[in-house]
Amino acid sequence: MTMTQTMSKPAVTDERVGRRNPLQKLLGRPEVGALVGAIVLFIFFAAVSQTFTQPNAFATVLYGSSTIGIMAVGVSLLMIGGEFDLSTGVAVISSALTASMFSWYFSMNVWIGVLLALVVSLSIGFINGWILMKTKLPSFIVTLATFLMLTGLNLGLTRMIGGGVSSPSISNMDGYESAQAIFSSSVNIGGVDVKNTVFIWIALVAIASWVLLRTKVGNWIFAVGGDANAARAVGVPVKATKIGLFMAVGFCGWILGMHNLFAFDAVQSGEGVGNEFLYIIAAVIGGCLLTGGYGSAVGGAIGAFIFGMANKGIVYAQWNPDWFKFFLGLMLLLATIVNLIVKRRADSSKG
Amino acid sequence: MDAKQIDQRELLRDEKDPLTHTPVHLLSLESVGKHYGNIVALTDVTMAVDNGRVTCVLGDNGAGKSTLIKIIAGLHQHDEGVLHIMGEERKFDSPRDALDAGIATVYQDLAVVPLMPIWRNFFLGSELTTGFGPFKRMDVQAMKDITKKELADMGIDLRDVEQPIGQLSGGERQCVAIARAVYFGAKVLILDEPTAALGVKQSGVVLRYILQARDRGLGVIFITHNPHHAFPVGDRFLLLKRGRSIGYYDKKDITLDELTAQMAGGAELAELAHELEQLGGHGDVVKQVQAEVAGVTDSTADTSRASG
Repeated sequence: MTMTQTMSKPAVTDERVGRRNPLQKLLGRPEVGALVGAIVLFIFFAAVSQTFTQPNAFATVLYGSSTIGIMAVGVSLLMIGGEFDLSTGVAVISSALTASMFSWYFSMNVWIGVLLALVVSLSIGFINGWILMKTKLPSFIVTLATFLMLTGLNLGLTRMIGGGVSSPSISNMDGYESAQAIFSSSVNIGGVDVKNTVFIWIALVAIASWVLLRTKVGNWIFAVGGDANAARAVGVPVKATKIGLFMAVGFCGWILGMHNLFAFDAVQSGEGVGNEFLYIIAAVIGGCLLTGGYGSAVGGAIGAFIFGMANKGIVYAQWNPDWFKFFLGLMLLLATIVNLIVKRRADSSKG
Repeated sequence: MDAKQIDQRELLRDEKDPLTHTPVHLLSLESVGKHYGNIVALTDVTMAVDNGRVTCVLGDNGAGKSTLIKIIAGLHQHDEGVLHIMGEERKFDSPRDALDAGIATVYQDLAVVPLMPIWRNFFLGSELTTGFGPFKRMDVQAMKDITKKELADMGIDLRDVEQPIGQLSGGERQCVAIARAVYFGAKVLILDEPTAALGVKQSGVVLRYILQARDRGLGVIFITHNPHHAFPVGDRFLLLKRGRSIGYYDKKDITLDELTAQMAGGAELAELAHELEQLGGHGDVVKQVQAEVAGVTDSTADTSRASG
């Protein structure tokens, strides 16, 4: 019986490979734990709150997710590349402050400030990466230093130039409206206003996934995170890849910084502290290994979505928002345990 | 029982490449040395590597084997002496440089990323791409097919090129690394202790791949501390000790016993036996070691007489 069965199967399949059905294949993906978590959380909030599933409320959830998710794209890639960045939260504000203060102080078109902010954001990323590669210190120390310095610079320079704790309003300056249309506007879909950051977020996730899975740079990112020495030995430009990753994080920070600026027209210089953890949490919940070499951009996006759902869902369910942090901590713990199991399975050699 | 050393200066002057019959070696080192700060890791090492020949570098831990291959592989630069590739003087700035010159290294830790699939590891650093400009992407299907085919050609029957390479056994990973070097047109293949962590059977498999690489015309440098693995596959043997060359032999001029004796160092073994005796070691064991020492010192004496 078994003979005829094996005979009928052509030789392309190996008898030692148990047939992997699509479900098993799906279970091997890094973001699967987060996906299950997201579905459970969605059903949960849909059950306890009537408003949660209404289009308007859902658009708000998506918006909240996108403000975390845009950064989580860069942070996820960086984490797969084996590093993490504690300066992201305040770097977002640094970028927004640069654009507003520069335009305001020199009375220039807002777009010049926006472009300068891009240069500043990419430079912060470059400097982080460059110091890291030069000194070989852990990224925890280097970016913690950058985090502190940027926090101080944000407060100090804003007071020195503008004389207050927030940047002056730039809403009546040249180019403000066109910049606002790009960075902070809404698109009406079937009577529901969806913030355009949601689309920017989705586009970034798509680009990052493509880079990660289909380009050689993506191959290098996995390699420098998985084993930097091995990667160097086979000719991967480890330094350039890691510095590039920090700059990609800088780019995401610029987009979010511009959104923060044009959503209101002024920026509080003390903001952003603590947000870096939200981005890292989103990436970790999404299945990126803290030690590098494993994860996905989609995972980071699902992590951000979980964050958005929990954040807004608690409000819609009319609970005390105090509970939010508890949920977040619990999700983080569960996600890391799932990751650990995945890593053990992947590492286990048959001797 | 006379082991004739290869005269190192003669070697570089006269010997012709056995395949091309040109007086140029595929790779040659002349009085190469390297120090790290005030630590001298390697001094005055001379050797030649030719197409279709296996050069074994033997030595105990700390003999300078690793430093030697790191210089050839481009991880470190030598401070003294000259490194020639096809008669041209070179000094490598990075592993990429060495790879471009046709020198591929299979490291002890294999330089594979355990969490990545086999096919991604196979092409790591030398990915195949299609498309232009911003749409340039990896040719995933071609890479998977080539990986499967190349490994099959080496006689490695793989289950699934998508599985993480960390799930393969040590011998299999070794073979993937060798197949990768062969595929990417290596002229010189350096193997850093490929059999050190393997069992008897797996070692045999790897040794067979070394011969296969040799038969494809590669110049192989086989680093090991096991003369029993080196002797059957090697054509030339370079013995290192404390950063110096203590002998360089053609296979026809040396026997396995002599090679082992040279490596072990008879005097040190005698000392060990003496120490064991003083510690009140088991009578039988001490006798056994003493017998071994007797054999080893005999042959070492012969060798030193012959070479001196």
